[in-house]
Parts: sequence; C-alpha cells; structure tokens
Amino acid sequence: MFINLHNNKKLQLILGLLFGFCFGFLLQKGRVCDYEVIMGQLLLKDFTVLKVMMTAMVTGMIGVYAMHGKGWIKLHKKPGSLGTNIPGPLIFGIGFGLLGYCPGTSVGAVAHGALDALIGGIIGIMIGAALYAAVYPKLKGRILDVGDLGDKTLIDVFPARNPWVVIIPVITIVVLFLLVLEKMGL
Amino acid sequence: MNTMIDILCDPSWSPYVVGIGIGMLSWLTFLFSDHPLGISTAFAKTAGMIEKAVRGPKVAKKLYYKENKPGIDWEWMLVIGVFIGALVAALTSGTFQLKWVPSMWEATFGANIFARLTVAVIGGICVGFGARWGCGCTSGHGISGTMQLVLGSWLSAICFFIGGVGIAMLMYHVF
Repeated sequence: MFINLHNNKKLQLILGLLFGFCFGFLLQKGRVCDYEVIMGQLLLKDFTVLKVMMTAMVTGMIGVYAMHGKGWIKLHKKPGSLGTNIPGPLIFGIGFGLLGYCPGTSVGAVAHGALDALIGGIIGIMIGAALYAAVYPKLKGRILDVGDLGDKTLIDVFPARNPWVVIIPVITIVVLFLLVLEKMGL
Repeated sequence: MNTMIDILCDPSWSPYVVGIGIGMLSWLTFLFSDHPLGISTAFAKTAGMIEKAVRGPKVAKKLYYKENKPGIDWEWMLVIGVFIGALVAALTSGTFQLKWVPSMWEATFGANIFARLTVAVIGGICVGFGARWGCGCTSGHGISGTMQLVLGSWLSAICFFIGGVGIAMLMYHVF
C-alpha cells in the first residue's frame, strides 16, 4: 500500500522527521534517555528499559504481522549470521555499559543536556562507525559469514504456516514476564 | 484541557504507555514509509559524510561506503526528529539541565569530567563499532527486529544485554 507515498522522496524526509519527533518524545518521557535509568537496567535494579522495549516489541508485532497478513506492508528482516549477531552486539553491549546510552538514547540524552552523551555518544559512536568502515573488508567473507542465519524468523523455526501460532505464545510469555517483574516490584 | 497539559508536562510516563506508543509508531513507519525504526545507520552515514569532507572523494571508494552510501535519507531525518522530539519532551518536563557527569557516576567514581568523558568516548567507540558489525542497535534489532521475530535480531538483543550487564556489574560492583 501507499507505493506512491513511499516513492515520494521529499515527503518521506518530512515523514522521517515527524516519526523521529514522536520516537524521541516518547523515549524522553519514558526516562530511558537517563544514564541512571539505563544503568539501573544493566545493574538489574530498574527494569524500565526492558519494559519499554518489550511492550514496544509486542505492540509492534501484533500490528506489523496483522498488516503483513493483509498484504499492506513488506517486512524488513535483516539477514544475519552467528559471526555478525554475536561478536558485534557483545562489543556494542560493552560500549553500552561504559557509555550508559545506546545510539538513540544518546541523541535523547543530549536533548536533555547530557554533555557526556554528546562527546562519548554522538562523537564516539561516529568514530566507532568510521573505524568499522576501515576494517570491514577484513571481516567480510570471513567471520561475518560464519553460521549463516539468513532472514529466518521464529516462525520458520517452528514450521508453522500461520504466524499467530508463534506470535500468541511469544506475547503470552512477555506479558507473564512483565507481570512477574511488577509483582517483584522491579 | 488542564489534564492534557498535566500529562504533557509530566516528566515520567509509564513505560507501558511509552512502549505501546513506540510499537504503534512502528505500524505507521512500516505502512507510510516502508521502513522500520532504526538509529545507528544514520551515525555511520554521518561519519562517512564527515570523512569524505575531510579526506576527499577517495573515501567513497571504501567498500563499506560503497555498500552503504553516505547521504541524507529517511533514517537520517528520523534521528534529527528524535533530537527535536526529545528536546521538546525535556523542555515540557522541565528536566533540561547541562551536565558533564551523571549523578550516579559521580556518586561512585567522583566528579572528574575527564575520567567520565574518557570512559564515555571508549564506550561510544565500542557502541558505534559494534552496531555496524552487528548491523543494528537497540532500536533496529532490539525493537524493530525482535517484533518481526527475526532470529539474528533476538540473538543481537540478548548479546547487547549480556555485554551491558557484564560491564555494568564490573564497573559498579567490582571496582
């Protein structure tokens, strides 16, 4: 649906700005751009970050798969591999703990005046990205291709014709997990 | 009307309200823009644009930038939007405050700005490097990828937290 809208480059830039505005507004109001809240999550004392992420995941999943079922949208599944999705994210995680912000929340933190997020987050992340561009040819065709996962989803793992056979149990588990967190006062 | 303003000025919304909001926002980005929410690619593209401005057009010949052309696109505008939206939220919340060292850091490691910035920059470099290696960050994999049930994204999200929890525990409980 909306192919003409998707192809309207100028309008898409405006839509990107508008969607970003909503995303940033929500992240800030959810306090997930605060160093204390993010580190509280990584120290397993305050589960605000996971609550936001899991609720977003479950809400998004329902709408995205419902619209996909109707043929309204295309999915955007990034192909992966063990060599891509384990070492990179572990390095990211270490950086996440040291910095105390992820890329999106760095931007949000700068917007509430956190200057460590400006120097470490915005500038540091760009240096890291440029360094990666420099070593990329050495990784491509080697470690990045180890253990190919393709764009497989959980639905492909449990050979279910109907995605809801997987989605409903996933939602149930997430909701139960969140209920347990609330019960424990985390 | 007053309650609307109260909600708008409330600095701390329920994480569930925020999560549902971000989830619904994803519906709109898929439907109207044919894009999932994601942040870190824009950082790589900006780095590429700066590198090109400083070191000249030969930068564009780098394999990574050939495959990921630096330039202003939907995702780049999304990040600008995140900044403006977060700024408006901070101003309406009354939480805007220029600060070099977060209070939690100061309580454990002291108020030395240089120490905080050194660790933050090393952390940021790892975040940028790791996000590009893993092809995504806490938004692209952690929210957009996991909602599509992509195995690589779930694996990435788990590894983000393994690395993050490990280093946070070391920093605050061991040192």
